[in-house]
Amino acid sequence: MAKLSENAVLKINEICDRYTDEKTPLMMILSDIQNEYGYIPLEVQELVSKKTGISVAEIYGVVTFYSFFSLLPKGKYIIGCCLGTACYVKGAQQIIDKFSELLGIKPGETTEDGLFTLDALRCIGACGIAPAVSISGQVYPKVSVEKVPHILKELREKEGAAQ
Amino acid sequence: MSLVNIKIEGVPYQVESGLTILEAAKRCGYDIPSLCTFNHGECNIGSCRVCLVEATGARGLVASCVYPVNEGMEIRISSPKAVEARRKSVELLLSNHNQNCQQCEKNGKCELLHVATLTGAREGAFQGVHSETHLDVLAPGLVRDTSKCILCGRCIARCSNAHGLGILGFENRGFKTFVSPAENRSFNESPCIQCGQCVNVCPTGALMEHSEIYKVDEALKNGKHVVVQAAPAVRAALGEEFGYPIGTPVTGKMIAALRRLGFERVYDVNFGADLTIMEEGTELLNRMKNGGVLPMITSCSPGWVNYAEYNYGDLLPHLSSCKSPHQMQGAVIKSYWAQQNGLDPKDVFVVSVMPCIAKKFEKQRDQMEVNGIRDVDAVITTRELAKMIKRSGINFTRLPDEEWDNDIMGDYSGAGVIFGVTGGVMEAALRTVYYVLTGKEKDRITFEEVRGHDAGIREASIDINGTVVNVAIASGMKSAKVLLDEIREGKSKYQFIEIMGCPGGCINGGGQPYVKPCFLPNEDIDILDTYKEKRAKALYSEDERQVIRQSHNNPQIKELYEKYLGEPNSHKAHELLHTTYAAREGFRPLK
Repeated sequence: MAKLSENAVLKINEICDRYTDEKTPLMMILSDIQNEYGYIPLEVQELVSKKTGISVAEIYGVVTFYSFFSLLPKGKYIIGCCLGTACYVKGAQQIIDKFSELLGIKPGETTEDGLFTLDALRCIGACGIAPAVSISGQVYPKVSVEKVPHILKELREKEGAAQ
Repeated sequence: MSLVNIKIEGVPYQVESGLTILEAAKRCGYDIPSLCTFNHGECNIGSCRVCLVEATGARGLVASCVYPVNEGMEIRISSPKAVEARRKSVELLLSNHNQNCQQCEKNGKCELLHVATLTGAREGAFQGVHSETHLDVLAPGLVRDTSKCILCGRCIARCSNAHGLGILGFENRGFKTFVSPAENRSFNESPCIQCGQCVNVCPTGALMEHSEIYKVDEALKNGKHVVVQAAPAVRAALGEEFGYPIGTPVTGKMIAALRRLGFERVYDVNFGADLTIMEEGTELLNRMKNGGVLPMITSCSPGWVNYAEYNYGDLLPHLSSCKSPHQMQGAVIKSYWAQQNGLDPKDVFVVSVMPCIAKKFEKQRDQMEVNGIRDVDAVITTRELAKMIKRSGINFTRLPDEEWDNDIMGDYSGAGVIFGVTGGVMEAALRTVYYVLTGKEKDRITFEEVRGHDAGIREASIDINGTVVNVAIASGMKSAKVLLDEIREGKSKYQFIEIMGCPGGCINGGGQPYVKPCFLPNEDIDILDTYKEKRAKALYSEDERQVIRQSHNNPQIKELYEKYLGEPNSHKAHELLHTTYAAREGFRPLK
C-alpha cells in the first residue's frame, strides 16, 4: 500500500466518522471522498475498510459499479460530452470522437499532463442547446466538430496565462 | 413455530412459515433444480434464476430459493411454463460459459453441468458475445478462471462467513462483472489466506486448487525416491470419492492405493504430528516456566499462519515456532531417513497428501528448507489423490486393507490422529503436557471439554497437579479474531490457544471431497449440517482403536530423539523442525 499523507488519513477518518449512526454508510462515505479528492484509490479503500469493517473487495465492487466513482485522479478540466438522445442525433458521437483524437485518450481516460479528462455523459438536460458539452461546470452549447480544437486551444491558453 | 398451508402440484402440505419455496418443497419431497443457492441460504442472492417456479400471489415466475411460502400458496414446479423457464435460465448461463467440459478439472462434480442435464438445456440455444475473462494461476494454492464463473456469489459469502474476510467481491457492472479480489489481483497479491473454502463451494470450475499431480508424475518418471505421507484428515474423507458414506474411515485402503500408485514408502503424517507435540509441548512448558510470550498459539494450520502474518504482525511472537507436522516429517525424511537408507537427499522427493490447499502455499515458503533441501516437494489434496487413484484403474472398494510402512517412522499414537479436527492438537498436547508435569499418565486419557467439530470458540481450564492451564480453541478466522483481539488488548486469560484456519479444522479443509447434496443422493437431507461431525467421529474412533494414545509413548519418536535429535527443542531439533514468521502486507504495491 502506498503511504497516505497524515492529513489524508485524518480527513478520511473524519469522513467515516460522519456516518457512524448510518446503517449502510458506504455510499455516503465514498461520495464525500470522491468529492474531496476526485478519486478513491485502493489505499483509501483499505482505510475505509479498517474504519467500517466492510471488506476491501466489497468497497472496490461499489467503486467500480458506479461510474460516478473513480479509481484514478481526474484531470483539471473534465470534458463531459453529452451522449443523450437529443445530443446524439445532433452528432455528439463525432464530437466526442474529435476530442478523443485531439487529446489522444479514450473516454474515461485522463491526459498524461493531468489537464484533461474525457467523459461520456448521458442526458444532462440541455437538449435545447444540443449537442452540449460540459467542461468543469461550464456548458458549451451547440458544439460542432469544427469548434472542438478552438475549445481546447482556449482552455490551454487560459492554463498558460495562469502559470 | 407457526405453520402455513400450501399446495405443491395440487397436493396439500403444511410447512413452517418463513421457509423459502425451495426449502419447503425439499421437506415435501421435491428437489427443485437449483444452482446458485447454497447451504440453507448461506448464499441467497437469487442470481442464477435456475430454480424458477409458478406460485400463486406472485407476479410471474419466482426464484424459489429466495421467495418465501405463505398461507394458501399454490406452487407449480412441473408446469410447462416453469420447466421451460428453468431450461432457458441454464441455456443463458451456458451461452456465456467456457464449455471445455471434457478438459475441465471439475468435470463430474460440476453443478452447472448437473442442472444442464436435469433441465434438458440444448446446445447453442443462445449465442452471442462472451464477456472478457480473467485467469489467475499465480497463487500456489488456488486458481481462478472467470471463464467458468456464473456469478452466483457463493465464494464471496463463504469467505465472509467462515473468516469475516471478504477477499472476493463482484467487480464492475453488467456484462463486465466478474468475481475477484480487489483490483482484479491474484490471490497471491491480496491478503487471501489460501484456505480454499471458496473452492469447496464453487459450483463450477471457476475456483480450483492449483493441481500438482504433474509434479508427482514427473518425480516418479525421473526415478526419484518418491516418499508419500498422508495427513490424518485425508482418511476420514477420501472414501467419499468412491461412494462410501461420509464419515467412513478408509485408512487401510488408502495405504494400499498409495502403494499401487508407485510410491516407494507410504508414511502417516501422524508420526510428524507426534513429533510436533513433543516440540510444541516442550516449547509451551518452557514458555510457562521461563516467562516466555503467552498465550502460545499453535502453528499447524498454514491458512491461519497466513492470516496472522497479514493481519496480526504484532502478535507473531505468540505463534509456536514449530513447523507443521508434514513439514517436520519432510525434514526428517530428507535427513534422518535418507541417512539411514544411504540416500542422497537430493534424490528423495516428498509428496504430502493433505486435506488442505494452504499447504501448497506453505511448502514453498522460503523458511521451509534445511541447507537448501526443501522439506516437501509436492502437496496434493484429498481430491487430487482420488483423481490419481481413479485414472490408474484401481478399484478402490476392492482393495485390501494394508498397513503403513513401518521401518523408522511408521508408529503413531492416537494423539496424532486427532490433529485433523478442531480441538485435536490441543487435546494431543494436553495428554503429553500432563505426563511431563506429573510424571504419570492421566487416568482418563481424553479431554472431552476441548472437543468439537464446528467453528466457534471453546475454552477450558485444566488443573494439572496444581498448575492450571487455561486453554482456548478456535477455527475459522472469524472466531480466531475474537481471541487475537483479546491478546492485543492485553485481556487474554489463556496460556495456550489452538487455531485452525478452516471452520471445524482439517476435516473441513479446502482440499477435501466436495459435499454437494445434488451429488450425494444417499446421504441424509441435512448432510451439510452433519458432515463435519461425521468426519470428526471417524478420527476419534481411530484414536480409540490405537494402543498408544500419547505422542511421548510412540517408541519410534523416542528412538528418533535418542539416535538423532537429542531432546525436544535441542539445537538439531530447531534446525530441522522449527521456523520463523514475518509480517506481510496484504495489498502490497504491484510492480
